[in-house]
Amino acid sequence: MKRQQAWKRAVTYAALVGLGLGFAFPFVWMISTSLKFDYQIFPRAGNPFSLNLFPWPMRWENYPRALQTFPFLSYLYNTLYICVFSVIGTVLSCSLAAYGFSRVRWPGRNAVFILVLCTMMIPYQVTLLPVFILFRNLGWIGTFKPLVVPAFFGSAFFIFMLRQFFMTLPGELSDAARIDGCSELGILLRIIAPLAKPALATVALFTFMGAWLDFMGPLVYLNDERLYTLALGLLAFLGRHGADWSGLMAAGTVVVAPIIVIFFVTQRTFIKGIALTGMKG
Amino acid sequence: MSTVAERPPAPAAPRVNYAARAERRRLVTGLLFISPWIVGFLVFTLGPILVSLYLSFCDYRVLTGPHWVGLGNYRQLAADAYFWRSLGNTAFMFIELPLSIIVGIALAMLLNAGVRGQPAFRTIFYLPAVVPTVASAMLWLWIFNPDIGLANTLLDQAHLPTLGWLVDAATSKPSFIVMDLWAVGGGMIIYLAALQGVPQHLYEAAEIDGANAWQRTWHITLPSISPVIFFMVVTGVIGFFQYFTSAYIMTSPRGGPEHSTLFYALYLFQNAFEYFKMGYACAMAWILFFISLVATLVVFRSSARWVYYEEGR
Repeated sequence: MKRQQAWKRAVTYAALVGLGLGFAFPFVWMISTSLKFDYQIFPRAGNPFSLNLFPWPMRWENYPRALQTFPFLSYLYNTLYICVFSVIGTVLSCSLAAYGFSRVRWPGRNAVFILVLCTMMIPYQVTLLPVFILFRNLGWIGTFKPLVVPAFFGSAFFIFMLRQFFMTLPGELSDAARIDGCSELGILLRIIAPLAKPALATVALFTFMGAWLDFMGPLVYLNDERLYTLALGLLAFLGRHGADWSGLMAAGTVVVAPIIVIFFVTQRTFIKGIALTGMKG
Repeated sequence: MSTVAERPPAPAAPRVNYAARAERRRLVTGLLFISPWIVGFLVFTLGPILVSLYLSFCDYRVLTGPHWVGLGNYRQLAADAYFWRSLGNTAFMFIELPLSIIVGIALAMLLNAGVRGQPAFRTIFYLPAVVPTVASAMLWLWIFNPDIGLANTLLDQAHLPTLGWLVDAATSKPSFIVMDLWAVGGGMIIYLAALQGVPQHLYEAAEIDGANAWQRTWHITLPSISPVIFFMVVTGVIGFFQYFTSAYIMTSPRGGPEHSTLFYALYLFQNAFEYFKMGYACAMAWILFFISLVATLVVFRSSARWVYYEEGR
């Protein structure tokens, strides 16, 4: 029995290490390519394929070169601008709405909440074109407004998430505050919000990541190269210098690195939050 | 309003009066709190849905105003070979759904086997899921490069024939599936959380009864996490109809070799923003809406047979 257990452990570890290497390999390949000279990338005659993971000498100047064609800092600024305002808007509007759907009892509340849930089923393509036409008529194409303003009007998924969390907080807390003459908004700000910090952090983080990873929105609404996000900038780079693999991989590494740092810093909130979304099923 | 109308005309009992007034005040308070959502719903959801439905019956090319063509767009779609091609391509991608579920659960089960260094492995498996699609698309374009990419390099080193990957109509869609499976980590985290919630005593009881590992998986683990699998199937079904970004970025001309990666959402986007056939694109959006609604309903209907909810939940 014991022997069998040891065997099982060995197989489990072998599978984990093997798969781990497989999953990490594309990253290694990306970084490795970003440090290569062209002669290390393009094969010489007679040896079409060579797996040269540790190039020597390393060509560090790929990075400054990539960052010259790809104005990383201004794209980063644009991306962060959209992310930060989306987070502010989403957290404000969704916590207000979630409070209205969980801590205030009003006739018709559940029927309206079902409507909120239904909106999650609508594919974005259905509303995309009329919303695009609306923003075009407002003259907002080529500004950040189409990407930021809707966040201030709530998002069904996060309203749902926060509502579920607010429901778990004891009602006596609000009752006591009401007797002391606290307004509903005061209750949300002074009592509910501090208790719901983990849920609010999850909403903030998910909104941030969603805005950071968004591709369709910037693609449709930002047609001015100065307003490009990191994703659009990378796409433009790919379109213009499609064969400059070392430069592309350097730019890719620079775009991916901050995300990985954010992930490591926020790992606990993140993993918990993702698990939370799945458990709702 | 009804509360006002029902109030007796004679001097009412103060108690009733207060209750009605309190209820009205709560209604106002509640509506005030959700007012941002109400505005957003009207302006960004309900209004656009109605407009989109109207436009789907119109010929609308942005520069000239919409003019009514009745079922014209829908009739034209029925005769549009690219429309059917894009539907077929999208249907093909549904192979990925069971694959991603199997790989996700397998990884989660490996991580849940009580190994040391679980957080480190979890991070490695999860990281690809947070890479921006443009970055991963670019990376995989490089990996799939038929001449000097990593994929063919590895095949060549293993003395296997090399493939065309994205530039070959036969392998373009499977290439996307390989790339997507790399980013299966999001699902894995959800399965892992579900696995950690399976009550341990069930396994102990099964072991006493002599159930082997396979039987324990099939009769305890999978039924216990079936609500989560259900959630992933529903979101997956909706998600696949919207498969867009990597196809938009990675295949040129857009739509890939022999239109093999012209997915539904991509063709819709092209109609809207490249050919400026807004009415046509709206008709496509409504067909998409209808199909995903039906598909979701089918999944919901079937769920009674394979999703187990614990008693008292």
